[in-house]
This record gives sequence, C-alpha cells and structure tokens, in this order.
Amino acid sequence: MKILVAVKRVIDYNVQIRVKEDGTGVVTDNVKMSTNPPDDNAIEEAVKIKETGKATEVVAVTVGEEKAQETVRKALAVGADRGIHVKVDGILEPLAVSKILQKIVDKEKPDLVFMGKQAIDDDCNQTGQMLSALLNWPQATFASKIDVKDNKLEVTREIDEGLETIEINVPAIVTCDLRLNEPRYASLPNIMKAKKKPIEEIAASDLGVDVSPRLEQLKVEEPPKRKAGIKVANVAELVQKLKNEAKVI
Amino acid sequence: MAVLLIAEHNNKELRPFTLNAATAASQIDSDVHAVIIGQNSADAAKQLSELPVVKKVLSVEGAHYENYTAENFAPVIVKLAENYSHIVCSANTFGKNLMPRIAAHLDTSQVSDIIKVISPDTFLRPIYAGNAFATIKSNDAKKCVTIRPTSFDPCESTGGSAPIEKVDASEEFSNTKFIKREEIKSDRPELGTARIVVSGGRGMQSGDNFKLITEIADKLGAAIGASRAAVDAGYISNDHQVGQTGKVVVPDLYIAVGISGAIQHLAGMKESKVIVAINKDGEAPIFSVADYGLEADLFEALPQFMEELNKLNTIQK
Repeated sequence: MKILVAVKRVIDYNVQIRVKEDGTGVVTDNVKMSTNPPDDNAIEEAVKIKETGKATEVVAVTVGEEKAQETVRKALAVGADRGIHVKVDGILEPLAVSKILQKIVDKEKPDLVFMGKQAIDDDCNQTGQMLSALLNWPQATFASKIDVKDNKLEVTREIDEGLETIEINVPAIVTCDLRLNEPRYASLPNIMKAKKKPIEEIAASDLGVDVSPRLEQLKVEEPPKRKAGIKVANVAELVQKLKNEAKVI
Repeated sequence: MAVLLIAEHNNKELRPFTLNAATAASQIDSDVHAVIIGQNSADAAKQLSELPVVKKVLSVEGAHYENYTAENFAPVIVKLAENYSHIVCSANTFGKNLMPRIAAHLDTSQVSDIIKVISPDTFLRPIYAGNAFATIKSNDAKKCVTIRPTSFDPCESTGGSAPIEKVDASEEFSNTKFIKREEIKSDRPELGTARIVVSGGRGMQSGDNFKLITEIADKLGAAIGASRAAVDAGYISNDHQVGQTGKVVVPDLYIAVGISGAIQHLAGMKESKVIVAINKDGEAPIFSVADYGLEADLFEALPQFMEELNKLNTIQK
C-alpha cells in the first residue's frame, strides 16, 4: 500500500498573528512558519502504518511557494520516503489545491491520501473532502483512530455528538484530527538523512490546473477587542458580581 | 434564484442548528427552500415545513441516507443545485464533512464558517482562530456557504406551512459503510446552545476532579466544556472540546477553570457575553479575555463557589 500525505506550511500555532495595517492580510514577514499541526499527525500515522509493514511507501506532497518545501523536508525527516513540491505562488484556495492533488494522485496512484482536517491559517476545512469528491473516493474526516484491514480502513471520527466509526474501501481519503497520534520529533541523524531523500519539483502550470482564485478577499481586520475585565478578591465577591452586576446567574 | 438550505436532523427531528442556518439563509435571500435527506424522516420534514422562513421543503428518502454519509448526500444536493444560487448549512461536523464535497462537484470555492452575511455574495468570516476577520466576496455563479451557528439566532420554529415535495433518491455510494455512532447522552443542555458553560482544563489534573465542575454545572443548569489539553489527557470525552478545532460557544456566561487560555481555546469562547477565569497563575492569558478573574487554586475555589451558590435564594435557569 502506498500513502500520499499532503502537508501545508502555515504560521506557527504559537505565534500571535498581527493584521496588516492596510487591511490586505496578516503579517508573514519574519514570522515563524511550521507545518500545519494536524498535517504532522497525518505524516505520523502514515509512517506508523509503514512501520507495521502495512504500507510500502510514504510520499509527502506540498503545494505552495519556494519555502513550502521545508514542510516536505520535515516529513522526510520523520520517516516519509520521498517528497513532491508543487510550486505555485500567490493565494491558493482549497478548491485549487484539491485539483492539483488530484493530478498528483493520478500520477502517483496512491491507495490512501492523508492530510490534516483543517489548516490553522484559513480554517477552511475543505481540501480533503474536495479531493475525495473529485476522485469519487470515500472520505473519513476528523479521524482520531485508524485500523488498516487488508483493503479496508476502519476509522473512528470525532463528531459533535461524540464518536462515529465507519469502514471505507481503499482507495480513500482520511483527514486527521490532532488526537490521532503523538507526532514524533525528528532526530538529528534522521534530519541529516532526510537531506539526501529526493524531492521532485513540479510547476503547477505544468499540471494544467486553473488555480486562479474565485474568492476576493476585500478586507482583513482585527476582531473587536473585549474591554478589560477586573480581578476579584475571592469567590464570594465573584458570585456577588455574577448575580448583581452581570446578572447572569 | 432561491437559496437551498440543507437540514441537519436525526431522522426523527431537526437538529437545533438547522434553525440558525435557516436564519442565515434567509438573510441571503428571502426565498429559502430546504432539503431533508434521510430515512423515515417524515416527522423532521414536517418540522422543517413549519419554519416560517422556509418556502418549500424537498424530501429525499432512502435506506442509505440513514447515517448522513456525505458520499450519499452530496450527489442529491449537486443535482438539486441547478435551481439555486446558494447552498447553505451549518459549519458543525455535519456541514464541514458534507459541504466541500458538494462544492467540488459544482466547481465552486466554498466560503466556510461565516459569521455575517454582508450581501448575497459577500460574507464575513474569522481566520487564524478568530484573530482576524476576513471580508470575502465570492465570484462563483453558485455559492456554497457554511455558517457558524452561534453567530446567527435560531429562526422561529412554528407558524409556517411550506409544501413538502418528494425528490428522487440517488444511487448508494458503496465504498463507505457506517458501523456505529457513540453518542454521549446527557440531561444537561447542549454545549453549542447552553446559556451557561463551565469548562475545565489541564489544571483539573484528572477525570475524577471534573466532578467539581459537574456539580456546579448541575446547580447552574450549565453545559460542560473542556480545553483540548483536558480531552487529550483523557479527563473528558471529545464532544466537550471548545476551541479552534472543537466547538465554538457563545453563552451568556462562560466559566473557565484551570484553563490557561491558548489562542486555540480562546477561538472557541471569546465571544461569550460574560467570561470568568479561575486560575492560580495570575499571568495566564485567559485573564486577558475575562470580565471577572479569580486568581486562586481551583481545588479551593470550586467548593467555595458551590457553597456560595447554595447560599443564593434564586438561580436563573
């Protein structure tokens, strides 16, 4: 079984983002960037499946500008076998990314495609579902547990009401929740080894996909600020304030 | 052209966020039709027809619709879409799972999780865990929009009498099989719609200690929330998680106990009307969004809180 894992480069989850004064977006210059956190879970799961002998190859793919390749390099350092970097500049909507990934799937013919359930920058939560629609493959979104059984997967999904278990036939798409596993850290020797692993570079324009945006981002602004609160001295004061001032209990 | 609302239901009745999505749909265009796909879902379809904002109900029945599988739902809606300008549903796990599958089939760039309808083609949505708001204009002929339920009031649920039309079922998608659903039953209010939420974080130290929170929640008629750290640690089940990748809540009162206030948690609760933070670390970021902060050891503060509540003559429910 061959697993393709899609990873995205985003502003690190610990960074307090700042909105640009001209309202065109958020500040990304000199800001720490990392792999989208649930994409790390997707890589980890693929590598774990390979380690049990149920997968033969793990290929990491990213779509984006020059520096996006760092995320593929990181995936290689934690166990992916080789990488693909589809180069494209500018804003990419999930629809465009899923069309590019469809082309990569056509070329690579993986049995499974894994990715994070949501990117923490645009918070869209679309790419995996769109890719499975384009391929007409089954989709297991928000996965917190995956059991590989021959040509099937049993996947536990986190839903609003609790948990749901589904069985999907391969080939299939899985989007990963942060609770799926604990991503490992890359060891120094593995980081060195990863530098020798191949990354194929493909220009998005060579794939024949129209990636032009359909959405216009008219403005990006700061959300309204909450006004400063107060510290109370003790529990009795807190309850009195809630009862008599805020009138919520 | 009219707007098509996708109803969320459990085959017996509508799920509550359908009413919030109906409000959003009616703000896009007053001509709202609603589709309900299910098995033996006639009662839920009738409920849908009674929403005054809904002008027509389309009912699709089939055994393969019993468990709301996106692979089975999407083709039905894609077929219906030719008559509509917008497809709308909630941005909860139901809508997040389903809508992109429809949008890709329609070759449309979806607008996810909107918090405001500015005009029929322009919407406001949070990005970066709610640390920025983006105004987005869609240039697609058909627009697929998911709405953040807590940003729209539920519509009236009675008084309407829309006609119910049957629509043919689509073929079954055979590569996805539903096995089981483990729903956590509770007599408490639902987290997404509760007036008061009491949430615990890593500071609770164990699942057992959550009983300190349960007790207070019961007294206040509140729902119970949790930070991701508490869910990851196994203190409480995933359906309680509040935050960027969990649920977004906007209660009248949110009490955060032993929660430091990571950006990802704040994303799920900072629009609450009144926020209380109880934490022994006075520097914890949760205090920056709290209206009332109490710097205290929660294992002392929570029993005292219960005592003080017991002293009150009346408690709003």
